[in-house]
Amino acid sequence: MSFLGYPRRDGSVGTRNYIGILSTVSCANDVAWWISQGVKGCAPFLHGGGCCHTKPDIEIVTRTLVNLGWNPNLAGVLVVSLGCESISADSVVEGIAGSGKPVEKVVIQKMGGAAATLKQGSRLARDMVAEAAKLGREKFEDSALVLGVKCGASDTTSGLAANPAVGATCDLLIDNGGSCIFGETTEFMGAEHILARRAATSQVADKIIEIVARMEKRAVAMGFDMRGGQPTAGNIAGGLTTIEEKSLGAIAKGGTRPIQGVYEYGERHHGKGLFIVDTPGREPEFLTALAAAGVQVIVFTTGLGAPQGFPLVPVIKVTGNPNTYKQLSEHMDVFVELGSKAEPGIAQAGKSIYGEMLAVASGKPTKAETINYGNFPNIFTIGPVL
Amino acid sequence: MFKQKAIVLDPRDNVATALADLKAGETLRLGVGDKTLAIKLTARIPFGHKFSLNNIDSGSPVIKYGEAIGIATADIRAGDYVHVHNVASARGRGDSTGGAR
Repeated sequence: MSFLGYPRRDGSVGTRNYIGILSTVSCANDVAWWISQGVKGCAPFLHGGGCCHTKPDIEIVTRTLVNLGWNPNLAGVLVVSLGCESISADSVVEGIAGSGKPVEKVVIQKMGGAAATLKQGSRLARDMVAEAAKLGREKFEDSALVLGVKCGASDTTSGLAANPAVGATCDLLIDNGGSCIFGETTEFMGAEHILARRAATSQVADKIIEIVARMEKRAVAMGFDMRGGQPTAGNIAGGLTTIEEKSLGAIAKGGTRPIQGVYEYGERHHGKGLFIVDTPGREPEFLTALAAAGVQVIVFTTGLGAPQGFPLVPVIKVTGNPNTYKQLSEHMDVFVELGSKAEPGIAQAGKSIYGEMLAVASGKPTKAETINYGNFPNIFTIGPVL
Repeated sequence: MFKQKAIVLDPRDNVATALADLKAGETLRLGVGDKTLAIKLTARIPFGHKFSLNNIDSGSPVIKYGEAIGIATADIRAGDYVHVHNVASARGRGDSTGGAR
């Protein structure tokens, strides 16, 4: 099967053709946002980090921004810096330039303030959009797709219907030569032994156990029962009792194929097949990790109704909750009929989500794209804000 | 809307998930593996929530998807509502000794 995408110099294929407006630090967010809203064809990336971190977090933020710049859905990138932040805007620019795509930089403190930076940045963005517009969509095999999968605002229907259906979609894509990435390490707790059994090598199995232990240690160090934070109050109202129950339902969305590797947060995807990225389950941080890994489409299951997309990657919302599908039709793209886990209905739903994925990859706007919902993601950091 | 009023995901499970809002006193017939169980509900079970298929003693595992989803914190009888009031998680427990496994 095939889709229509944009060829990139590094051999990857975009499903969108945006100019990314990447803020290096929270202090530059406003100017990056203004530029992105004034020039059609731009996708902003704003976040709360970039300064006053310990060294490991500076590395995470830098790696994440560089790899967001590499995302195939971006034809070019404008980096918006304040000037005095902890992370180096030049390192971000140099890192993105390695992809072969055009990259420019504006610095608020050097350009004489926000107004001058907005003017210069908008001019650069406009020129890059005009250049990108010369590129047309071409036909590519579905094996060029890297699909990100996520679940959010889950209830018990997520584990019974939407997640196994998306799992079937992942299996199809991997069997066709493509790749899938899932994660949300917190939501492996109680199910990590099942994932470890599916690891392609014993090193990958050990790594899965290790990332879950690391995440659990962080939660336990706070000295409280994690319940209420994970599963959330909403999950509990939706019938999920413990993190173990949530996890056992959550892992179904990754399908059943062998797990080839585990990525660190912000790391770029390389290889073929099914991969895990080590992240918490919260949307703003996790969607960023998928985009930095290089996914061109995300399928996002929800029970109670998570509305957000992501600025540079289309996000398809799938729900198995009939009430949510009815009441939140503004946000939901696909409904999966709830039934028995073993029913052929799940395989059929997996196929129809696959069809929707190809349509969206070829340019069909998702609900979140149509209403422009999802402009406030974030980057996950591990240390204190200093 | 659904063919079944509740679902049991694995023959090893000791809980079922409601696929509709279920009334107290209602008797459900449920397929579990090759067998059919008749369960009389002792409480109202909201859509998506769980009830017990048999007696689960306090301290015993609660099983769904064929796996432990937590530990019963009270004696649970067949047909009882099963949720945070009578099941604790074994994971992420910074409040108790033991901590991360």
